[in-house]
Amino acid sequence: MSTMEISCVEVWREISNYVENDIEPELRRRIEDHFRICEHCTAVLDGTRNVVKLVGDGRAFHPPKGFSERLRSRLSAEGGAR
Amino acid sequence: MVDAGTQTSAYNAAGICPDDDLVTDPATTRSPEPPVTPSLGGAREMELIRRILSGDRSLFYELIQPYERVVFLAANSILQNDADAEEVAQESFLRALEKLATFRGEARFSTWLVQIAINDARMRLRRSKRYQVQSADEPVSAVDDEEYFPRDLADWREIPSEALERKELREALKRAVASLKPHYRDVFLLRDVQHLSIAETAKALGLKEATVKVRLLRARLMMRDALAPGYDGSWTIGETGWKKVRPW
Repeated sequence: MSTMEISCVEVWREISNYVENDIEPELRRRIEDHFRICEHCTAVLDGTRNVVKLVGDGRAFHPPKGFSERLRSRLSAEGGAR
Repeated sequence: MVDAGTQTSAYNAAGICPDDDLVTDPATTRSPEPPVTPSLGGAREMELIRRILSGDRSLFYELIQPYERVVFLAANSILQNDADAEEVAQESFLRALEKLATFRGEARFSTWLVQIAINDARMRLRRSKRYQVQSADEPVSAVDDEEYFPRDLADWREIPSEALERKELREALKRAVASLKPHYRDVFLLRDVQHLSIAETAKALGLKEATVKVRLLRARLMMRDALAPGYDGSWTIGETGWKKVRPW
């Protein structure tokens, strides 16, 4: 059974939900059919996934050096917590 | 404005756990409930809270230690300044200690902490003349009518996670995040960096879930463009096609 074609713009609007797996099965099928024939949208998908992967890695963002020590010191001094 | 101290509604069981959920198989998709920060577990947390409220404040750091990073990043997503975010994070933890009796366990403890930090950071932002007052509670209609489409459609090739060991990439990510408008940045950092669920992100920012999804889409596309080949000059096209000149 063939599915209705979907445009690049429609794919872009749904690409975040697609990455989240928060999408209806029928729409998912149409988007995946589109990816098979559209290298631009596939590039957008790959790049979006890569962004999510990189920023979600625990190494990407850190508090400043010494953050924990200064926090413990202030909690101890002002909150009675050690 | 969300008051973390009086917030009582239940959340989806998502959020803060260890490690990433990153997919390497292009055919698979991201789980909406990825793990990132090692938590103590609800039972242990509630036991610590009970003992702290009974007077043993020395246990407070053990309770909040798993959430140092998430609270700092929440504050920094609003303030975009490490020193200010650190000070707000410290104050938020102190406030959490003082308000601990109001935490009843309907929400995750981490989400409760994040809400306090976001509220405190917004208060700081509004008081400061150094910042333009522009936050995620700006009227939705003013922000969410603008559609965003990808600008760079070239194939990017994957940047491997191992490249995060390199300062250049971490700095590039930081610059890209800083380039986002605050409305997008707040949502992006809570969902994609801190791994709150869509529902938790919405609750923490006082937004509808649909608004979170719209902003998340745009933030991800903007981030992709900011890091994409050809757009930031990090890649060039020569006679043989794309040539990688990134330092990572």
